[in-house]
Amino acid sequence: MPSQEHLSKQFDIDLDTVRTRVLEMGGLVESQVVAAIEGFATGNRELIERVSTSDYRVNSYEVSIDNDCSHIIVRRQPAGSDLRMVLAISKIVTDLERIGDEAEKIARMSKQIHERGTLQIQRFAEIRHMGGTAVKMLRAALDAFARQDTAQAANVVLEDVTIDNEFRSIIRQLITFMMEDPRTISTALEITWIAKAIERVGDHAKNIAENVIYIVKGTDVRHTTLEDVEREAKKT
Amino acid sequence: MSAQIESIKPEATPPERAATPAAKAEVKGLNFFYGGYQALKRIDMVVHEKMVTALIGPSGCGKSTFLRCFNRMHDLYPGNRYEGRIVLYPDNTDLLSRGVDPIEVRMRISMVFQKPNPFPKSIFENVAYGLRVRGERKRRVVEEKVEQALRNAALWDEVKDRLHELAYNLSGGQQQRLCIARALATDPEILLFDEPTSALDPIATASIEELIHDLKEKVTILIVTHNMQQAARVSDFTAYMYLGELIEFGNTDALFIKPARKQTEDYITGRFG
Repeated sequence: MPSQEHLSKQFDIDLDTVRTRVLEMGGLVESQVVAAIEGFATGNRELIERVSTSDYRVNSYEVSIDNDCSHIIVRRQPAGSDLRMVLAISKIVTDLERIGDEAEKIARMSKQIHERGTLQIQRFAEIRHMGGTAVKMLRAALDAFARQDTAQAANVVLEDVTIDNEFRSIIRQLITFMMEDPRTISTALEITWIAKAIERVGDHAKNIAENVIYIVKGTDVRHTTLEDVEREAKKT
Repeated sequence: MSAQIESIKPEATPPERAATPAAKAEVKGLNFFYGGYQALKRIDMVVHEKMVTALIGPSGCGKSTFLRCFNRMHDLYPGNRYEGRIVLYPDNTDLLSRGVDPIEVRMRISMVFQKPNPFPKSIFENVAYGLRVRGERKRRVVEEKVEQALRNAALWDEVKDRLHELAYNLSGGQQQRLCIARALATDPEILLFDEPTSALDPIATASIEELIHDLKEKVTILIVTHNMQQAARVSDFTAYMYLGELIEFGNTDALFIKPARKQTEDYITGRFG
């Protein structure tokens, strides 16, 4: 990555501003996922409501950052690492917005489960653990973006396997519950949706990490093997 | 998911790129001196046939000097000296060899300059000039060649009814296309463009760029440009030069998205300096 500043100071300012706003948006989305999972585990109505009512802020960040990217492309015709940065940011904000949607989905399901009252299935610990893994991945992907750290980005991609395994394990447990007692089916289905939403958060975090590798190394590692991702991340 | 990654890998592999095009010319160990000053240093590069190759770099990097070596323009001034070879294929002619006549070289390798420079003659005579120098006397042949060159330069429809008017009456963009027609009239194998649109407005620039795109079906093109977006738009291959050296040469898309050298990255991203 070039360390030197641009001849145009305004170009530096424009790029720094858009990068900072991506991190702000990432911070907001991360707090929404944390609140949604906590809301599911504790039934805290206030947390659940907060996730639902603040989704519009995530959406407006997405529109505004995309607009900033268009502005940079029109005015600066970026090339090389600048072009990759702008292209990747445009994709990263889409992933962040979808993570926000998943958080909202978790909040909505949690509200339904808790409004129904007594729970026939207690799966809080597993969901909380899986949620913790997803939040850790998201935080690491955003850190990797902030520091342009490809090694950390590669770790996020590898971590996706863990969250997929946790998801499959929860689904197996829920199937057992549903087979044993059909009265648990509606709640089990809602918990399935929550687990799926968390699994999707992991997928989006992985996408963000892959974009960090693209920005820094210029190689598109989507749809390649984990070995390829690790090799690219380490390449000097 | 990792299982999905494994399963989709074979289909997701991008199709093989077309094989590298044949070489029209090859520059081997080229050094060039303006008297005691070395302007080009050990340049090795392949010019691909019927492709557009752009030369970019900051002012004074040697890109115009390099371009002018191809048709021996430097021979016109005393004290200039070439070392190395520029081999023209398929006949393996070394363009820089003392035994090769520069006039013959210029018949095979034509040049279009920064500012349109029509001769103070009619439109027709401007295009016919190279043919007459070559010794073509048959009126019918000259007329056919002039029409063909003007058509190839996308100018025929605009001038066919006033071929005998003075070329200076044309607009700047038309004059530049006339110069391209003049360069094309002798059926060159390589066409050299030295910042061909720097004196033109955006509309005329777009028509020249469109023309370059169409011409590469017939002829190999080398273009020097200060405008990086123009290089990205019109060329298949790009060479970045700095201080008389060829820093990086490669596929244009790759060079503008993922340059291999930090110097190239700094230049194309506007960090140079």
